Amino acid sequence: MKSLGSIRRDFAPWNDPNAKPYIQFENVTKKFGDFTAVNNLSLTIFEREFFALLGASGCGKSTLLRMLAGFEEPTAGRILLDGQDLRGIPPYRRPVNMMFQSYALFPHMTVEKNIAFGLKQEGMPGPDIEKRVAEMLKLVKLEQFAKRKPHQLSGGQRQRVALARSVAKRPKVLLLDEPLGALDKKLREETQFELMDLQQNLGLTFVVVTHDQEEAMTMADRIAIIDKGEVMQVATPAEVYEAPASRFVAHFVGNVNMFEGKVAERSANTTRITGPSGAQIVVENGGGAAAANADIVFAIRPEKIKVSSKKPADAVNALEGEVYDVAYLGDMTVYHIRLDDGQIIRASALNAARVTEDPLTWNDRAWVSFRPDAGVVLAR
Amino acid sequence: MNATWSRFNVTSIVLGFAFLYLPIVLLIVFSFNESKLVTVWGGFSTKWYVSLFHNQGLMDATWVTARVGVISATVATVLGTLAALTLTRYTRFRGRVLFSGMVFAPLVMPEVITGLSLLLLFVAVGLDRGFLTVTLAHITLTMCFVAVVVQSRLVSFDRSLEEAAMDLGATPVKTFFQITLPVILPAIVSGWMLAFTLSLDDLVIASFTSGPGATTLPMKIYSQVRLGVTPEINAACTILIAVVAVGVIIASIANKRREVQRQLDEQTAQRG
Repeated sequence: MKSLGSIRRDFAPWNDPNAKPYIQFENVTKKFGDFTAVNNLSLTIFEREFFALLGASGCGKSTLLRMLAGFEEPTAGRILLDGQDLRGIPPYRRPVNMMFQSYALFPHMTVEKNIAFGLKQEGMPGPDIEKRVAEMLKLVKLEQFAKRKPHQLSGGQRQRVALARSVAKRPKVLLLDEPLGALDKKLREETQFELMDLQQNLGLTFVVVTHDQEEAMTMADRIAIIDKGEVMQVATPAEVYEAPASRFVAHFVGNVNMFEGKVAERSANTTRITGPSGAQIVVENGGGAAAANADIVFAIRPEKIKVSSKKPADAVNALEGEVYDVAYLGDMTVYHIRLDDGQIIRASALNAARVTEDPLTWNDRAWVSFRPDAGVVLAR
Repeated sequence: MNATWSRFNVTSIVLGFAFLYLPIVLLIVFSFNESKLVTVWGGFSTKWYVSLFHNQGLMDATWVTARVGVISATVATVLGTLAALTLTRYTRFRGRVLFSGMVFAPLVMPEVITGLSLLLLFVAVGLDRGFLTVTLAHITLTMCFVAVVVQSRLVSFDRSLEEAAMDLGATPVKTFFQITLPVILPAIVSGWMLAFTLSLDDLVIASFTSGPGATTLPMKIYSQVRLGVTPEINAACTILIAVVAVGVIIASIANKRREVQRQLDEQTAQRG
């Protein structure tokens, strides 16, 4: 069986027409004065899903999270959680908890008091609180830091306290606002996997807001790409990357090469495009809704382009140019090829072996070639 | 830093400190004077301190000042904190700029005018001048100082702390008392101390608004000085200075300790 991307996903309630939605945004609009932060947005999230809201800063993704937590009320539309309309329910009565970007740890309380705070509010008996706090401290591996105050902890430890505090109440949904934004790169990568394990073990629904596409790709079951308060695409990381719905999404996630062209011929699975300076490109299974003669954009990711000094004999799509720039990054090599019509193409090759058969250098003549199913056709 | 003590540096330091502290030093020295003459040294003695404690008028005035100070500082702290909260939190209400201007105007208002206008008000509403009026006047005077101190803390207050508390199930009232108040408490305490000090050394407004039976210490001292300075007054002032100095020293030691502790904590945190 073929599938987009490299992961087989067995958990996919979004493909099941009978699956019950857990969180629903229904035509939600949020205005701050004249500024529309969220514009008539609808979105469905399923139970136990790890859902990411991805977008540039100011796109409205944090506003969505804050509306779910109850800090903002939608100007129009409604938000349902497990079938219940959340309108008018204050944050302290919502069965969701949030992990804040700044962590928002209470500076005058120790780590254990911070974690116990929410449990105390719901009137849990003392011994149960102690048990739950101990359990949480173990979960985030901070047992020996229970008596410390937040300013006596490192950034990574603070992040874990914030996490423990927000899951201590076993909320139906955990909201994470840029949860890893303040950590350095190495710690961030480790923590991404920890968060995924935690979500699996606790069986919670996670909604995470991030501007970091790698973070969203790593952790999320599905990603919603948000721009100017609207959803651009909701899909699995593989679909977002391999089958972007629009030029915006293709550009926003990962690197991409774009050719402007025209559809010359269209059949069920195959689309023939007249590309730059008349070159013909054959696209299989990536034609989208493009009709014959439509002005389109052909998008192809750098790693799907092969660079060689001679035209490969079996290549369906091949364009000629010259090496404009090369960068050796260790795990891969990045080429910038200037095609004969002047367009610069980015291609990357995985360095699967330590030696290269066909090394290239600056100003060499070179061919870029790609398979018919390597790229997609998008509306212009 | 330049560690050399040039003659110029020494001179300027000596001159500067002499300018600041010579009068106070003189006052303290002469409070231990044996002689009844204020400016003639007659040997060391603590007798003026003893007689001070037997001077009923001065002791009464001290007691009035302490009560006025504590009550007015406390009420002013509550009102000033509320004003600061409103002005930093509800930024979108109409007339906010006007309101914040009006809260802070008394800061620069000449005390004579504040005193006179309060006097006119108390007379107009038929309030007898006494303990109540001077306390009310001091609340008016010091509230804006508290508001300024607390507001400067609130500006840097991370609102997400309150959101986190509410998110974890605390009602707004609980959030205020369990999160907001403890976090801004140091600012509130310094606001209170500032208000208390201002009330303690106010002469002008007290003279306008006080009445019989509610003579504050500065008023008492001022009226006695007009009859001639006695070493007893020097002793009273020395005690006042000592109280203020001890307060300042305790505050700065506590501050320093906190600072050192914080640095230690940060080092521990970095070590993991």
